[in-house]
Amino acid sequence: MDVTPSAAGPVVRLIEEFHKLPGIGPKSAQRLTYYLLRAPEEEARALAEAILEVKEKITFCSVCQNVTDRDPCLICASSERDSSIVCVVEEPLDILALERTHCYKGFYHVLHGVISPMDGVGPEHLKVGELLERLKDGSVQEVILATNPNLEGEATAMYLGRLLRPLGVRVTRLARGLPSGADLEYADDLTLTRALEGRQEMS
Amino acid sequence: MTTPRIYKTEAIVLRQRKLGEAGKIVTLYTPNYGKLDAVAKGVRRPKSRLAGHLEVLTHTMVMLAQGRNLDVVSQAQAMESFASLRADLHRLSRALYAVELVDRFSPEGAESYHVFQLLLATLRRLAAARNVDTVLRYLEMGLLSLAGFQPQLAHCVRCERSLPAAPNHFGPAAGGVLCPSCEPKVAGSRPLSLNALKVMRLLQSGSFGEVSRVRIDPGLGQEIEMHLRAYLVHVLERDVRSAAFIDRLRREDFWQPAGVSS
Ligand SMILES: [Zn+2]
Ligand SMILES: [Zn+2]
Repeated sequence: MDVTPSAAGPVVRLIEEFHKLPGIGPKSAQRLTYYLLRAPEEEARALAEAILEVKEKITFCSVCQNVTDRDPCLICASSERDSSIVCVVEEPLDILALERTHCYKGFYHVLHGVISPMDGVGPEHLKVGELLERLKDGSVQEVILATNPNLEGEATAMYLGRLLRPLGVRVTRLARGLPSGADLEYADDLTLTRALEGRQEMS
Repeated sequence: MTTPRIYKTEAIVLRQRKLGEAGKIVTLYTPNYGKLDAVAKGVRRPKSRLAGHLEVLTHTMVMLAQGRNLDVVSQAQAMESFASLRADLHRLSRALYAVELVDRFSPEGAESYHVFQLLLATLRRLAAARNVDTVLRYLEMGLLSLAGFQPQLAHCVRCERSLPAAPNHFGPAAGGVLCPSCEPKVAGSRPLSLNALKVMRLLQSGSFGEVSRVRIDPGLGQEIEMHLRAYLVHVLERDVRSAAFIDRLRREDFWQPAGVSS
């Protein structure tokens, strides 16, 4: 990475740390660093503390695997929700997108990734065992597979469909309308609501 | 070859990785420019016009604009999206193996026309063929030949004497078949049945049509796969990662789709 040669060691270090983050290129890493250099000290301290707090206090919900500061998480602890449906998503951010629609009242399960054979990511690297464990007591009647409508998301849904159907649970897939190749995270509420309502039994 | 500022090319999408807010870097394999990475902006957004045309495994026509670092995809139109590959885990797992193998074999800018044609034919065969694993073995042998790593199957790779019509050995590090008297002198070689040798020779020099007419029972198929995989790991100096997923599907023996015997 080309950093201003005159930049001091701590500056270079912060740029490098930012550069490690997903979606942050060298240019953005520099911009963020120089922004913080000029920002008031309280602002920098608040950011540093927020980062540490996340690492210290946030864990994974033992039921749905979502990130949470209490276990079980708020959603899993709710008595208002429909415990017969579980919606399987790739990442915690997908839950935020689905919750925004206000039309889904069941529970969630976060896989923390998708099957990606070329990257060496198989089902054993995802929270699949935890999902099977949840389905054991028979209270869940429907599993909605809400992985992204791209190649890896579809592969994951196909794999899970084959794994879950023998358990006697109804397995559905978000409806088309979500264009292929796109990420759930970026879908607008209306499209997501339609996809949820129009979900179809997996063949 | 010098490339114009804006150019149009056929391509097969080998890989994608996320870039920035909502973009991706797509790795394309092209008949004239070889393997190249290009930026596809905004493709993770549902309204993107490019996304569906740049999915992995898609045979697509792209318009590229030269950028400062990477070229940028300005238009894309899928020519074949291989829906039947995507709808079937067995076929899909093989197709992912095929694109990974081509990716591993291809340094940027290397000879590409024949590799492109071989990959395209492989994807078409995987979408329809009965024995998807034979399709992969044909691809492996083809890529090895195109890259100049064809294993020596005609005679003993060590003493160069002709091979007896009996079980021999295959030595990945030696680069081919070893006769019974040379075999003990080479570490890491494994027994090679006469039938496996015959099929491997056919894979090396025959057409796919000829190969696909041969009946390969599961045991023989596994033997050939084992030898070729060991040789590929030796040549590429690394594992082909997608192989693990194929192995898993076999192990779990989910289901055999109609017409696929593997
Ligand atoms: Zn939870
Ligand atoms: Zn010999």
